[in-house]
Amino acid sequence: MVPLSWYMALSAAVFCIGVFGFLTRRNIIIMFMSLELMLNAVNINLVAMSHYLQDIRGQVMVMFIIAVAAAEAAIGLAIIIALFRNRATVHVDEINEMKG
Amino acid sequence: MLPELLFFYFAVAITGLSLLVVTRRNPVHSVLWMLLLFFHIAGLYVLLNAELMAAVQVIVYAGAILVLFLFVVLLLDLRKEVEDEPYVDGWPVGIALAVGLFLAIGFMIHTFEPADPGAYSIEKVQSLTHSVAVGEKLYTEFLFPFEVVSMVLLVAVVGAIVLAKRKLKE
Repeated sequence: MVPLSWYMALSAAVFCIGVFGFLTRRNIIIMFMSLELMLNAVNINLVAMSHYLQDIRGQVMVMFIIAVAAAEAAIGLAIIIALFRNRATVHVDEINEMKG
Repeated sequence: MLPELLFFYFAVAITGLSLLVVTRRNPVHSVLWMLLLFFHIAGLYVLLNAELMAAVQVIVYAGAILVLFLFVVLLLDLRKEVEDEPYVDGWPVGIALAVGLFLAIGFMIHTFEPADPGAYSIEKVQSLTHSVAVGEKLYTEFLFPFEVVSMVLLVAVVGAIVLAKRKLKE
């Protein structure tokens, strides 16, 4: 039997890789993929907890997270397309229109 | 012994593939590594007796979300992206924050105390089958959140069309 803490450590590692990608990459699409990575880390944690605590509610939460991730990806990618159409760049450090 | 070996394989593969996803210069390569990553996460769910979650992971994440990403990456035509600097100027701060967060969580994990086990033991889920067990909760206790999520998806569909459509000439 694999201990629950191993799953938690794996989830923490994937989440932190997502944080790293989100904070350091210039490409806004890769930043978005890092966001998906973080959501997936939470999903791993929820499914593992649900299995070890023998409660199915955690997996219902995973369903909701996946649905919200799909909505977020659709809206986010639409924003990226609109942004690229207006600025012709996907680099976040070149997008500073709102800077005072 | 076999579950541990499988877990190690999936853990190493998932961590390595996540690193590949965030470090590739070419966004198309990132998306393709992420496809492999999602299949490995689905494998991990099978290891945790969550077959429905594994199927949903492959269908929704690998099948829908990732194809959306791939479409956008191909649509934007980022040919000179591979020659550009991939990281922002303050990247050491990002690494420090991520490593610090990982250490903070890592030191917290051993303080976790599990609650009393719930009603859905592994044998019960296996006799009910996993989809029935999830569906029973989803359509009774979580019916209202379920309806709210359908609303969220509708707003996302409308919002995506409005945001991405070309401005009409007056």
